[in-house]
Amino acid sequence: MSDLKYIAGKEPHPRERRMIFKNVDREGWDQSIDTYEKDGGYEMLKKALKMEPGDITSEVKAGGLRGRGGAGFPTGVKWGFLPPNNEKPVYLICNADESEPGTFKDRYIIHQDPHQLIEGMVISCFAVNAKLAYIYIREEFPEGAAILEKAIEEAHAKGYLGKDILGTGFDLEIYVHRGAGAYICGEETGLIESLEGKRPYPRIKPPYFPAAMGLYLCPTIVNNVETLCHVKHIIELGGEEWAKIGKPNNTGTRLLCVSGDVQKPGYYEVEVGSLTMGELINDVCGGLKEGRKLLAVIPGGSSAKVLRGDETYQVGDDELTIWDIPMDFDTLAACGSMAGSGGVIVIDDSRSISWVLNNINAFYAHESCGQCTPCREGSLWMKKITDRVVAGKASPQDIDTLYGVAKNIDGRTICAFGEACSWPTESFVEKFKDELVADTKPELSDDILNPESELAAAGLG
Amino acid sequence: MSEEKSDLIDVQINGEWHSFPKGTRMIEACRLAGFEVPHYCYHPKLTSPGNCRMCLVEMGMPPRPRPGEDPPEPDEDGHVPISWIPRPAIACANTIAPNMGIRTESEMTEECREGVMELLLANHPLDCPICDQAGECSLQEFSVEHGNGQSRFREQKVKKPKNVDIGPRIRLDDERCIMCSRCIRFMDEIADDPVLGFTDRGSHTTLTVHPGHELSNNYSLNTADICPVGALTSNDFRFQMRVWFMKETHTIDTNCATGCNVTVFSREDKIYRVIPRRNDDVNSDWMPDSHRLNIHWIDSEARLTDPLIRDEDGKNHRVANWAEALQRSAEALRDFDGGEIAVIASARMTNEELLITKRLVKQLNAGHVDVVPRVGEPDGYLISADRNPNTNGAKLVLGVEDPGASLDQIKDGIAQGRIKALICLQENLVDDAGFSAENLGKLDFLLTSYPLANPTAEAADIVLPGACWAEKSGTMINGTGRLQRLNKCIDGPGQTRESWEIVRDLIQALGGGNGIYSATELFAQLGDEVSEFEGITFGQIGDLGIPLIETDETIPLLEREAERKAQGLIVG
Ligand SMILES: Cc1cc2nc3c(=O)[nH]c(=O)nc-3n(C[C@H](O)[C@H](O)[C@H](O)COP(=O)(O)O)c2cc1C
Ligand code: SF4
Ligand code: SF4
Ligand code: FES
Repeated sequence: MSDLKYIAGKEPHPRERRMIFKNVDREGWDQSIDTYEKDGGYEMLKKALKMEPGDITSEVKAGGLRGRGGAGFPTGVKWGFLPPNNEKPVYLICNADESEPGTFKDRYIIHQDPHQLIEGMVISCFAVNAKLAYIYIREEFPEGAAILEKAIEEAHAKGYLGKDILGTGFDLEIYVHRGAGAYICGEETGLIESLEGKRPYPRIKPPYFPAAMGLYLCPTIVNNVETLCHVKHIIELGGEEWAKIGKPNNTGTRLLCVSGDVQKPGYYEVEVGSLTMGELINDVCGGLKEGRKLLAVIPGGSSAKVLRGDETYQVGDDELTIWDIPMDFDTLAACGSMAGSGGVIVIDDSRSISWVLNNINAFYAHESCGQCTPCREGSLWMKKITDRVVAGKASPQDIDTLYGVAKNIDGRTICAFGEACSWPTESFVEKFKDELVADTKPELSDDILNPESELAAAGLG
Repeated sequence: MSEEKSDLIDVQINGEWHSFPKGTRMIEACRLAGFEVPHYCYHPKLTSPGNCRMCLVEMGMPPRPRPGEDPPEPDEDGHVPISWIPRPAIACANTIAPNMGIRTESEMTEECREGVMELLLANHPLDCPICDQAGECSLQEFSVEHGNGQSRFREQKVKKPKNVDIGPRIRLDDERCIMCSRCIRFMDEIADDPVLGFTDRGSHTTLTVHPGHELSNNYSLNTADICPVGALTSNDFRFQMRVWFMKETHTIDTNCATGCNVTVFSREDKIYRVIPRRNDDVNSDWMPDSHRLNIHWIDSEARLTDPLIRDEDGKNHRVANWAEALQRSAEALRDFDGGEIAVIASARMTNEELLITKRLVKQLNAGHVDVVPRVGEPDGYLISADRNPNTNGAKLVLGVEDPGASLDQIKDGIAQGRIKALICLQENLVDDAGFSAENLGKLDFLLTSYPLANPTAEAADIVLPGACWAEKSGTMINGTGRLQRLNKCIDGPGQTRESWEIVRDLIQALGGGNGIYSATELFAQLGDEVSEFEGITFGQIGDLGIPLIETDETIPLLEREAERKAQGLIVG
């Protein structure tokens, strides 16, 4: 490890453990297959191709790998959902739509180490017997798409892709598909619809669980970019060894994307749970800005529930301050939030809470696909209320309405966007009600801003 | 229906246990148990996108024991206690599972409905007083039942296109659209003409036609029927009449041999609209636009309203009363030998009318009998190649084996003077059967009955105003051999009479008494004369008809529906 050199100013922090990001910002590194091979690239593929496909899945299960796309679902278990007597083609889709606000990790893998992803994908495809795979890449990553195309071509030329890979008889093609420019294209069934050439309307589950009825209604595995890269390292170390990284049930390393009010925002790869929030902010990210206090942290992308800076959290028998929270899946869940996509958004006391919430609500109102009623109507309604809070045109009752609207979305929608858009509001109102109410005016209580409702209020409705 | 015991699944609905076949959707199970689950996007004939969320219900499953825990003891009926899930489930797309519990009336379910209603109404224009759907709007209905009566919505509403011209027969008001996608799915899945879709996203989602296309398919009006709100309305019907003022009659479409089941909406003897009525053995839930809109001639100026007799001068017609017209007809007909008389009836007549026509033929000993065939291109959906509604009746009851086969002989007979008298019932021989006015002019006597003035009437000695399909009752046999009921919706104008009445009176005027006072009596007598009708009562036919005879005709739309049902895509 010590012989790795990184570009000056971009060296990893000593608390980091670089596996996935080993080559990111590395001195003398480029995206070419030669460079990758010189560094031991595709050796793990050779190793994996000598294994039984089922054994690869077993290793992934033993490693306890949890998906890095947001939900933290165990990858090996997901692969195990493929129907045992399936006769249809199996597809694997790499979700490179990275659009959760606060998340910026997959793009670095794609931009700087595309072959790591491809190697991880070929191994994963071999494990699940997929002969066709797609990388669904966010529309806003044109350069990434070009890099991947080139990498695929190189891998082809070297026999890592295509027919009869390395003489094993295993065939695989990977195609890059540019996304349709919407956040919802990252939701796996919306992504599948989009890949099929339709509007990215997420599908109802049941019955459309991708592992059973995914792309073209065939069994399909959707995994995040980072997740698929981890597979390569699990092959390298073996599931059991790999599982020693991190904490039980929270294994491996993970990429944290820290943004907001810290001295050194950026991406950091750490062993899951090896750092507390305090260590992440103060040690790794150089602390808060001069003279500022921590107001809140959104720990797993903008849809994660907000944590209040001055709150204490009961985790098992322990009472933790925000600074003490280890950044792992289970603890963050126990604190009422989630590790999500790894996007840690730090908010200090220079920020207006109303403004922060309104900014989030504006994003979700803009990105709701509009298919199902609660999210379609609720997301814009919440945005409009917080628009008025920010503009000083809301009343304290509006905050209650805001909360009520969020509750009417949560748990009642087709896809998890419903939670993604309602959790911020729910948690902000639960934790920052006084701050929000402080931005409202009691005298505006009876204001109605649309003529239709005025009529209705007058008794016609 | 006898289901194998193993194919039945026990579910608990609002505390009571029921058994339903495997694969039953939750919403259908609830309906069968007597609990209507409110819904917007769900339609049994279309796929279920689960988008409106109105059908959310509280649901539970058997408890899943933790590792090491014993599974719960089943009670004497084999049921275990239900572990209720804190997250509601949609009833429309989910199928039942063993030992599932459903609560359609619980606090959670009510809260969900109230929430969805409030959200659906948030950006709705609330323009019911000027909306044509008022009175049959599911949004209105469910908001009364499940809404909380007061809106917390204070914001500016989303503005969308109004009064959008999306095709020749349908108009769109996007502000009223609740984005249930029923219309989109109908055009895609049933009409195979996917011209509708959504643009934009979130609350700005807007229904539209694809660029360069229009909603002009011959099934487009079905979208207005299934639109749960007033977003899609029929150009023909909108603003004509409030729905609650109209009388509804269940009858059948007579534009072709399919005999789509319909509901006719009328007021004061005027028909305002016809919509399809569900019959899974005939038309599913749909009907073609061309058929439902073929109603405006019924109250047109061209209707014959009085019996007419050719003037003594032989040129013009004068108004007569029924007695005189029938008397004159009988007198004239007595002068001919049976061999000199032809009767051309119609495959648009009911079985009862055909039966009594058969008696007239016998009474006159008429030598020539036929009906006028109508053939067109089948559309591959519901429209049959046979554009007569009761060809099978004409064959079975009147005994015309090959409809239209003797028309040419009749023409020749007239031309050669062998046929001297012609009775034409409910047909227009000049326009529809290739008779020329010249040919008809050779006849010594021509009697015609028809609803509309026409060139055949022009040439006739006696013109009798006949009731149209909407003005009479009886039965017909559709292309697939199904016996169906035609029900009178309105009274015909002026002195019009139903054909069975006209024929009965003519027989009487000819001296043959029969004492028949209604079409139902004729129906009862059908069993005596036509074996296929033996033992069938009028009541038995019901609203949906019964299979009567075997034919080799199938209805393509139904075949495809059966396939989709077999695939589990639709409930059917
Ligand atoms: C609204 C929404 C947006 C999502 N966006 C992304 C995304 O951009 N990238 C991603 O990997 N997963 C995203 N997901 C999660 C995916 O649905 C899916 O769970 C994930 O790709 C599975 O990969 P994993 O198991 O490797 O985490 C999103 C989920 C939702 C509900
Ligand atoms: S929850 Fe939102 S994003 Fe998901 S399907 Fe419904 S409207 Fe679309
Ligand atoms: S127009 Fe009517 S049927 Fe079509 S999506 Fe809107 S509400 Fe549904
Ligand atoms: S009826 Fe619309 S979601 Fe079930």
